[in-house]
Amino acid sequence: MIKNITNLGDAAVYCDFGNQIDQETNLNVIKYFKNLRELKVKGITNITPSYNKLIVSFDPSATNYENIKNKILDLKSKKNQNQNNKLIKIPICIDEEYSLDIKRLSKKLKIQNEQIYSSFLDKEYYCYMTGFIAGMPFLGDINENIRLNRLETPRVKVPMGSIGITEQFCNIYTYESPGGWNIIGNTPIKVFNKLNQENPTLINPGDRVKFYKINKQEYKNYNE
Amino acid sequence: MSNGYFKIHRPGINSTFQDLGRFNLHHIGIPLSGVMDKRNYLIGNKLVENSNNISAVEFAYQGPLLKLQSTKVTAAITGDVNFKILRANSNIENGQCYETFELNDGDQIDIISTNKSVYGYFFINGGFEIESFWKSFSINTKAKVGPNDGAKFNFNQKLFIKNKESKFQKKKIEHLNSKIEFIRVLKGTNFDYFSEEAKNNFFNKEFIVSKLTDRMGMRIEGPKIENIVETNIRSEGLIKGVIQVPGDGNPIIMLSDYGTIGGYPKIGVVISADHDRLAQLIPGSKIKFKLVELNEAENLYKLYEIETKNILNQIR
Repeated sequence: MIKNITNLGDAAVYCDFGNQIDQETNLNVIKYFKNLRELKVKGITNITPSYNKLIVSFDPSATNYENIKNKILDLKSKKNQNQNNKLIKIPICIDEEYSLDIKRLSKKLKIQNEQIYSSFLDKEYYCYMTGFIAGMPFLGDINENIRLNRLETPRVKVPMGSIGITEQFCNIYTYESPGGWNIIGNTPIKVFNKLNQENPTLINPGDRVKFYKINKQEYKNYNE
Repeated sequence: MSNGYFKIHRPGINSTFQDLGRFNLHHIGIPLSGVMDKRNYLIGNKLVENSNNISAVEFAYQGPLLKLQSTKVTAAITGDVNFKILRANSNIENGQCYETFELNDGDQIDIISTNKSVYGYFFINGGFEIESFWKSFSINTKAKVGPNDGAKFNFNQKLFIKNKESKFQKKKIEHLNSKIEFIRVLKGTNFDYFSEEAKNNFFNKEFIVSKLTDRMGMRIEGPKIENIVETNIRSEGLIKGVIQVPGDGNPIIMLSDYGTIGGYPKIGVVISADHDRLAQLIPGSKIKFKLVELNEAENLYKLYEIETKNILNQIR
């Protein structure tokens, strides 16, 4: 449920679902997101779900805060959302060419590389949100034994396809981009494909993701 | 005869196609994009008799040098822009903003610089032969989305013209871009993360627009804005105008190509009525913030819209 609703500037409504970051809270956010999208409310320009917030921006020439706020509060979010969420399998290559921060992780966490990977590959992850850069999925929760903060100094360029972990989360860099997550491997899969205009993102909020290991040769051959 | 084109002899610093933006894609990480100065965009399209969804060429600081290979086109430039028209017969004319001019085969347009402002706009009647992407002609260079493969203009490219020929209509308007004394802001959702001193400084001291300013965001420098709660928040959605303050205490204002999600506390949000003038502030400009309430911001936006309509109505 929405715990607090307020304005973000004069052209957005800010919905807070509480401080808890867990799947239940996030599923609630996504439910509101989907229901609101279906309504196609005049004047809404964007709906942005994240872990525990939903930000609804609008065109101030077409509507105003009070209007959109009431539309959101009127939503019957009890409506059962059809669960069309998918399980997506993502190959990861952990060759040293791609696992840029495995040494740092191993040293700081004081566990062996192999244990980090077995812990990481063991779990199925949940997609909380997509964004920051186009199509980047924010996945969680990784096992507690492999959680670490971001790099003190972020990289200027993280290679496209990099798979990073930080705190309780894991992500995939859909483009070469600046970033501070601990990189443990790379995937040859195109997680964001702008040429697929209908469905550009492979992983959407609410989906589940499982990683599986491939070797360097399989990585190189993947897109052939 | 096939459609003509402009050949790019000099691309300029950051020349792209822009329109009113790309909507409803935040949830996959695609920001609004679109023109940085909406009023100047609307004026230009009205001058050349285009509808508002026909894209303009937006340039920053230095614009392109373009040579026309075509029959006649009707063109206009808006903003505060210094440009020349180099006629095929070697005559050189000083360009005037806010009035239409005609270009003929072999003419060149040299957009030399913007004056004490950042962005200017070049329009032609009928627009360019480009394809929309996700219902917008805006180029987003970060996601590489939009016409021209989502890249800014480059040397020797051709910008194809949509209309085969346009009948020249002289249109003009007296317009001065108003200067701004204050950037008006609403309290952000993390306003209470900042110390009393920081909040006082934010609304009373001067800030300087930094060189690290582009279509994504504007960094400003001034007294450090001290956070007394937590310098990171759980990442959440962003919109144009949000002022985030990272751990180093230097605010960043989100502009059209912002990242859709961010994890720094928000001290404020620039009101919609001030977006155009904010985007036009050049690095080194002094900037002062003024706190307003939501109902004031809403009224100021209505006023901004009425002013824009009045200007557009004067174009005949």
